[in-house]
Amino acid sequence: MKPRDLTDLAFRNLRESILRNTLTTLGVAVGVASFVAIISIGVGLQQLASRRLSESGLFDTIVVTPKNNFRGMNRPNPEPESGKPPRALDEDARKEFEKLPSVVEVYPQIRFFTEVRFNNKPYATVVAGMPDSSKNSGAFDGMQGHFFSSTAADEAILQIEFAKELSDQPSSLVGQDLILRYAERQALPTSATSRGTSMNPPDAPSGGFSIVPRELHLKIVGIVETEPAAGYGGYGSGRLLMPLEAASALRAAQVNDLRDIVRDSASNKTSYSSLSVRAKSPSQVQSIEDSIKKMGFRAFSLLDASKSLRIFFTVFDLLVGIFGSLALAIATLGIVNTLVMAILERRREIGVLKALGASDSDVQQLFFVEAGVMGFLGGILGIGFGWILSRAMTAGTNYYLYRQNLNPIELTAVPWWLALAALVIAVLVSLAAGLYPASRAAKLNPVDALRYE
Amino acid sequence: MHSSAPAIQLDRISRHYRMGETSVRAVDEVSLTVPENDFLALLGSSGSGKSTLLNLIAGLDRPTSGSIHTDGHDLASLCSVDLARYRRNTIGMIFQSFNLLPRMTLEENVELPLRLAELDRAERPARVREALERVRLTHRLGHRPSELSGGEQQRVAIARALVNRPKILLADEPTGNLDSATGEAILTLLRELQSHLGMTIVMVTHERPLAEKFANRLATMADGKLLSVGPAKDLRQ
Repeated sequence: MKPRDLTDLAFRNLRESILRNTLTTLGVAVGVASFVAIISIGVGLQQLASRRLSESGLFDTIVVTPKNNFRGMNRPNPEPESGKPPRALDEDARKEFEKLPSVVEVYPQIRFFTEVRFNNKPYATVVAGMPDSSKNSGAFDGMQGHFFSSTAADEAILQIEFAKELSDQPSSLVGQDLILRYAERQALPTSATSRGTSMNPPDAPSGGFSIVPRELHLKIVGIVETEPAAGYGGYGSGRLLMPLEAASALRAAQVNDLRDIVRDSASNKTSYSSLSVRAKSPSQVQSIEDSIKKMGFRAFSLLDASKSLRIFFTVFDLLVGIFGSLALAIATLGIVNTLVMAILERRREIGVLKALGASDSDVQQLFFVEAGVMGFLGGILGIGFGWILSRAMTAGTNYYLYRQNLNPIELTAVPWWLALAALVIAVLVSLAAGLYPASRAAKLNPVDALRYE
Repeated sequence: MHSSAPAIQLDRISRHYRMGETSVRAVDEVSLTVPENDFLALLGSSGSGKSTLLNLIAGLDRPTSGSIHTDGHDLASLCSVDLARYRRNTIGMIFQSFNLLPRMTLEENVELPLRLAELDRAERPARVREALERVRLTHRLGHRPSELSGGEQQRVAIARALVNRPKILLADEPTGNLDSATGEAILTLLRELQSHLGMTIVMVTHERPLAEKFANRLATMADGKLLSVGPAKDLRQ
């Protein structure tokens, strides 16, 4: 028989015993729903963890440093074959990084120890410049106050622990001013440090700088619970956060500046001690890292840790999937039962079909398609039920979190591949369940079947 | 009237069943030749083996021994797929209890053999209509079998048996569930169709008067053996 005729007949047969077949299909739907709902928790948790980690910048950030930094000074050049002087990590390099595929942004790391005066009392702290993109990183979700009004605003967001040092009632700090005292780095003319040498070799020590104490009034606009890390590889997390551009404009002396004294500064371009390069997703980190290394820089990322995380969640999904499949396994027994019953009821019909010229495989395929249709419809329904169940679980969890004054989370997720996989599994499992009844129907002796009343 | 090449040739056909310890000889060494365009009635009491013989000719069952040749096919040499194709293309069958599928309309019942034969969907409606026209039931295309009388149901069954244009029509007690007038009407229709379409009919019946009236030849069976075969007119005499 042609596939369309087989499907026609299968649907007709299924409609005939509508109640029993609907119940069987619902059984499959419940099985698929439980499978989808359980896996959706695994997927949701994985996405949640990945998102948090990605927001933290740990796994999608590559920290780039020049090859001639402090660490390398007394060590042999790791790539002596290049024979070229190490490239400076300057604005040109930054632009090149920005042009690489899948790079979202490139920004310098600005962190420095300094002192803050508030109510005429000094407090030691670490200042960190936050790129504008960090606004959407999730780290500032649920903060008190608001994010910086502009990229160059003289505003500060305090980390809660630091805010508690400043005041017993941290929330009262929002809107108040504090004074940031810092050391500004001012470059000296090259001639002042050339010690009378008229010819500087290319790798001669650089021009150096002087340090001038400065003060800046900052308005506290927010207090953040979490500790946003603008990449890693710095000196610790910032406790006083400023817009990156504003922090950059301070030209505050950083610990790494000391090495600049011994660095080539033949060009007067701004050079960075390090740049953070953010990839669209952790999966693109490796290729970007390789490209940057080829350009002649050092690059680091925590990709391996991200791989371990993926392996963990794959195993986790597999385990929860096994539990989720139990309900589906029970549903397949329902299909076997329904089809075996159908053979008994339609014994005579099978005999008639064979007398009219149906082959064993026609009869087998008919039962097979009926099982497949029940699996397909059950799968579609089950995906719907599963999605509703997963939304309900997320809503229930978020209600609980709301009662605990915590931020809502996306506990579950039903991505397209999960829906597709559930449908394919439902159909395959149903076909497997139809295997025995279909072969039993095909083997029916037509003479006996026609005699059956 | 008959051409010389036989439509059905049975040579020492036997069909034995095991019933526990004993072996039942449902058909025992039957040899029979049915010429093309013949209308043969197989007569016999219940359990005489006439329906078993019909099932063997239909390819629904296989003989324990002996050979069956029909329309150039040696049924013993056919695999199950070829046997199904033989039933589909060469044989049409009607039964005592009509065996229409109750949830299908008349049109769908008659279309069923065309589906099995994988005939193009576009050609099917005309073929179905043609078959139903032959049994004069085109006005009830959309009805279900339960809405029809016994005689009408048997006419639908005949239309279904003829829709694939078979060369041999096998009828198993076609009048068994009908009153005598309707039974006669059905057999009149069968004769009419035979003369129009030119096909061989083998009919199993235990109603001798009807067989004598409509068949060309009569064959009588008892205990699985063929007792006599001869022209209906001779037997009547």
